[in-house]
Amino acid sequence: MTDKKQITCIVCPIGCKILIKTDGKSFNLLNGNKCKRGIEYAKNEALDPRRMLTTSIFVKNGEWPLVSVKSSKPIPKQKLFSVLKEIKNKTVSAPVKSGQIIIKNVANSEIDIVATKSIEKI
Amino acid sequence: MINHNVDITVIGAGPAGLAAAVSASEHGAKNILIIDRNSWVGGILPQCIHDGFGVEETGRSMTGPEYADMYIYIVKKKNINILKETMVLRIDRDKKITVVNKDGLHNIKTKCIILAMGCREKTRWSALIPGDRPSGIYTAGVAQALINLYNIMPGRNVVILGSGDIGLIMARRLKFEGANVLGVIEILAYASGLPRNVVQCLDDYDIPLFLNHTITYIKGKERIESVTIAQIDKKMNIISGTEKEIKCDTLLLSLGLIPENELSKDVGIIIDKITGGPIVNQNLETSFSGVFACGNCLQVYDTVDSLSINAKHAGKNAANYKKKKVNHKLNVIPGKGIRYVIPQMITEPGKIRFTLRVEKPKLKTSIHFIIGSKEIFKKKLPYINPANMIEIYVDISKDLIKSNKILEVALFD
Repeated sequence: MTDKKQITCIVCPIGCKILIKTDGKSFNLLNGNKCKRGIEYAKNEALDPRRMLTTSIFVKNGEWPLVSVKSSKPIPKQKLFSVLKEIKNKTVSAPVKSGQIIIKNVANSEIDIVATKSIEKI
Repeated sequence: MINHNVDITVIGAGPAGLAAAVSASEHGAKNILIIDRNSWVGGILPQCIHDGFGVEETGRSMTGPEYADMYIYIVKKKNINILKETMVLRIDRDKKITVVNKDGLHNIKTKCIILAMGCREKTRWSALIPGDRPSGIYTAGVAQALINLYNIMPGRNVVILGSGDIGLIMARRLKFEGANVLGVIEILAYASGLPRNVVQCLDDYDIPLFLNHTITYIKGKERIESVTIAQIDKKMNIISGTEKEIKCDTLLLSLGLIPENELSKDVGIIIDKITGGPIVNQNLETSFSGVFACGNCLQVYDTVDSLSINAKHAGKNAANYKKKKVNHKLNVIPGKGIRYVIPQMITEPGKIRFTLRVEKPKLKTSIHFIIGSKEIFKKKLPYINPANMIEIYVDISKDLIKSNKILEVALFD
């Protein structure tokens, strides 16, 4: 069954309300997007919803106890909490450089977890 | 007493202060000094570990720390001096600034000042929530700092009052850290935060958003034990019989932000009652000649991107500052449906960037710029929302300024 569905775009602060038609396998854009990025987002949201993940990881001997991290690419929504679990068990030693890969291929997702902040050693 | 002699002093090393300093340097200012009371540079950005920063400005989505690093890198490259862990005590009428840090008292002689002090969060006492005074009540930003910077979890069963962006982002953050987020309570009929944050912070995790609701009672002897929520009517009165008690151990308050302007007020700078920030002209210069304002101490922005654009404008104008006599000015006032407009006065012609907010969400309306009975500009808007600041460029001619009239910005359906 194809359903009409309204999706709020999260790419930028405007938050366009995009109307689409989808059955989970096929995708038709109806209207509402103000830019091209909206088409891409609405399509992914209908067929393979993903989110960027940002959180933090424990740091040993650092000027701060945590380093902020992000996923190198958006993660499938249903995998978010298994990725978070793996991140929770990880500790990294200072110094950490922003951009450094902290976990490679996290939870077998082919996505890396990358530091977004530099932490100096104390 | 330690003496400094500089061209431009920037108060605050958050995103606004950094962008203003970088821009001032790019426009030829040589001797720039940034002052900040924290031990780090970047203001609130290091604790904003979520992404979405810089999309409008650079086309790239960054996290808060990454966005801060982008500016810190340029500040370092340009050898702009920063005094950290330094508190500004006073600005004098001759622009002399008195500051204090571990080295003692400093006197700063400066040609220009850029105010970039940011804002602070409203507390329980801004909303006057009745009840007990237990522990476990935090502003959302404080909880964000505890979790993201200091590795301290404020609680396990959390209710959030107010649906501003920080509150929404903290709902997701707490969920990620294993807490139960029992709901976000919003007094208005719509969320105060950006639509994208309602989707990716609440809807994604089935966190309930209680619109038209408020907290009527906080209960707890030592630690908070529960909050009572109730529905409100159109006149903002509590509808009796709708009360519901929610057991919790933590309450986060995301009630909005207040521009921090104690320094500005002390030196007699005129403050706009609505924005809570200084009244400025097209150059973002305050009522005190040579003192500019930018960032969240001028007005609370939705995104760091538009904040930085305005801050760069302030930096550029500070670099080009020359004292001028103002002969004519056009006062700008908010009309029907408009909450506020910045700048509040125009003294020089040109293409002016207006930033403004509307009073209520609305579909299909148009915004009009009117002087007397003459309409000088209009624009159709498909959808407006108080949560989305509106930015409009309008050409203002010399003749319009010379008319010494009032420019009114209003909505027409």
